[in-house]
Amino acid sequence: MGKTLAEKIWDDHIVRQAEGEPDLLYIDLQLVHEVTSAQAFDGLRLAGRKVRRPDLTIATEDHNTPTLDILKPIADPVSKLQIDTLRNNAKEFGIRIHSLGDADQGVVHVVGPQLGITQPGMTIVCGDSHTSTHGAFGAIAFGIGTSEVEHVLATQTLPSRRPKTMAINVEGSLKPGVTAKDIILAIIAQIGTGGGQGYIIEYRGSAIRELSMEGRMTVCNMSIEAGARAGLIAPDQKTFDYILGKPHAPEDFAAAQSYWETLFTDSDAKLDVEITLDANTLEPFVTWGTNPGQGLPLNASVPNPADIADSEERGAAERALEYMGLTAGTPLKKIAIDTVFLGSCTNGRIEDLRAAASVIEGKKIAPKLRMLVVPGSERVRQQAMKEGLDKVFLDFGAEWRNAGCSMCLGMNPDQLAVGERSASTSNRNFEGRQGKGGRTHLVSPLVAAATAIRGTLSSPADL
Amino acid sequence: MTMEKFIKHTGTGVPLRRSNVDTDQIIPAVYLKRVTRNGFEDGLFSAWRNDPEFVLNKDEYKGGTVLVAGPEFGTGSSREHAVWALQNYGFKAVISSRFADIFRGNSLKGGLLTVILPQEAVEAIWQAVEAAPSTAITVDLDTRTVSYNDVSVPFELDDYTRWRLMEGLDDIGLTLKHTDSIDVFESKRAAYKPTTLPIRI
Ligand code: SF4
Repeated sequence: MGKTLAEKIWDDHIVRQAEGEPDLLYIDLQLVHEVTSAQAFDGLRLAGRKVRRPDLTIATEDHNTPTLDILKPIADPVSKLQIDTLRNNAKEFGIRIHSLGDADQGVVHVVGPQLGITQPGMTIVCGDSHTSTHGAFGAIAFGIGTSEVEHVLATQTLPSRRPKTMAINVEGSLKPGVTAKDIILAIIAQIGTGGGQGYIIEYRGSAIRELSMEGRMTVCNMSIEAGARAGLIAPDQKTFDYILGKPHAPEDFAAAQSYWETLFTDSDAKLDVEITLDANTLEPFVTWGTNPGQGLPLNASVPNPADIADSEERGAAERALEYMGLTAGTPLKKIAIDTVFLGSCTNGRIEDLRAAASVIEGKKIAPKLRMLVVPGSERVRQQAMKEGLDKVFLDFGAEWRNAGCSMCLGMNPDQLAVGERSASTSNRNFEGRQGKGGRTHLVSPLVAAATAIRGTLSSPADL
Repeated sequence: MTMEKFIKHTGTGVPLRRSNVDTDQIIPAVYLKRVTRNGFEDGLFSAWRNDPEFVLNKDEYKGGTVLVAGPEFGTGSSREHAVWALQNYGFKAVISSRFADIFRGNSLKGGLLTVILPQEAVEAIWQAVEAAPSTAITVDLDTRTVSYNDVSVPFELDDYTRWRLMEGLDDIGLTLKHTDSIDVFESKRAAYKPTTLPIRI
């Protein structure tokens, strides 16, 4: 019997297998950042252990870093200590680090692919749940906790249980104005925040194949929001072309590519679950609640909890509406927005900035609205400036910031105030995620841009 | 990290009747700047603790050590700080009908026992601890049961994880016993696999 893509990669990385025990899996790459690593390095020091493979490890600063005045000392002493701790640990253990001011500083999941160290057939981990992003290249990539970060640093392996495979087939073609973000928001709304639990999701179908690598990363990025351990897409010519010419592309590209070409789900492989989604009927999507599964097409209205049959879900919807300050029945397009955030590892890549810029070019920002544009990495920022996108954003009235996670999680000063409402291209609309009491609507870059013009949730078609 | 052995724990319960409690709720990002594993109890559920009606603020649940939560507990961010915050506060076990994968993995690595019970059983425990907050709940890893009053509910946990928890074994130490296998695997890795060093820009 054939194998799924995920099974092929998994089997290629088994160091040791024993009855009743998890597989010991070899890890090809670990990405490290300041927030989830300090305690792991401490653990190594306490036990007198080394990093087994510094050459399969890379660090960057992103979660906690300021997006203004980045070359000045960090103002918040606690943030500064965390960044300094990472820098010291990188030095002590011989790990490559990209610090503030470096061309490759930025959100871990933007940095890996842009360096070309994210490649098909790899196992990639990071102490960050959105590691699933790297699955867009046909890799098994998943988020881990700090104890596991320490485990991988010490052994370059991780005991792991083999997940099941779920295939999501997205067939058809997207309408203009509908993007990768809308695909994944629609998927999560359909299968729920726990729908992918225990699975690696493989995204397939013509609409997925048509996506650019950036779009594929957006889709895989949010696999975790459906509860899945990882998401992946079989590599194809687009994948190979993307890697070719990147700094860490294989020197023997032909050898690598001939292996990569074997990475697909065999026609007779057994999938545990298969779901199909019609891309032709998809509309721009937006969330109305406080988990990423609470989303609807932009043309819909805020749902009425009373219409929800399941009592658990009804209660959750009631709580969400209260927190979000929304009334059932309000058309989503009537919801007024205070802040638009364009950035994050979901939608902070060059293509996302280009898409938003194309909508706002020559227009003015809605009165009283603020818009933060935070490139996913310094390289993305440089590229955008080369293309003059910074000017487009600044002329429009947006703020043009330095790279980092920024308002995606509100760990640095970029936060929503209590009651402030955002349209955000990030991935989590949890209570308080972007700042205590802040209210988040997840959207695509196109919807973010149109919303910044009109001041209410909008798509470019509304302009 | 080595951890304490977990064989059996008896304590009172805290009913958290909410689903989809994500790790941003368990410990918000602003608390994640610390570089230690302790002292996170002040950030636990911090947004909700402003509300005097929140269950952790009620006197009768203050000494609880078994958190009884709704489904999809621990979704979202991979932050292990969520496990530390629960442990720092004093929780030894969390019961729910569904846990997010990463959170569950983190908890079982760190010795916080996450117990999966059917939603009906969770509901019954909620009712019992709401009726009598001093109800003693025993989570027994040896027999793989949760018991309170005269009720005993079995739960599943694979033998390997159970053994590790009961022995308090350090995962890294266990893996390092197989360094030979890792060496062999590495000697066969394809040459085209990328490395981060030396830096190629
Ligand atoms: S951009 Fe947001 S989701 Fe991505 S790594 Fe940073 S905090 Fe996490």
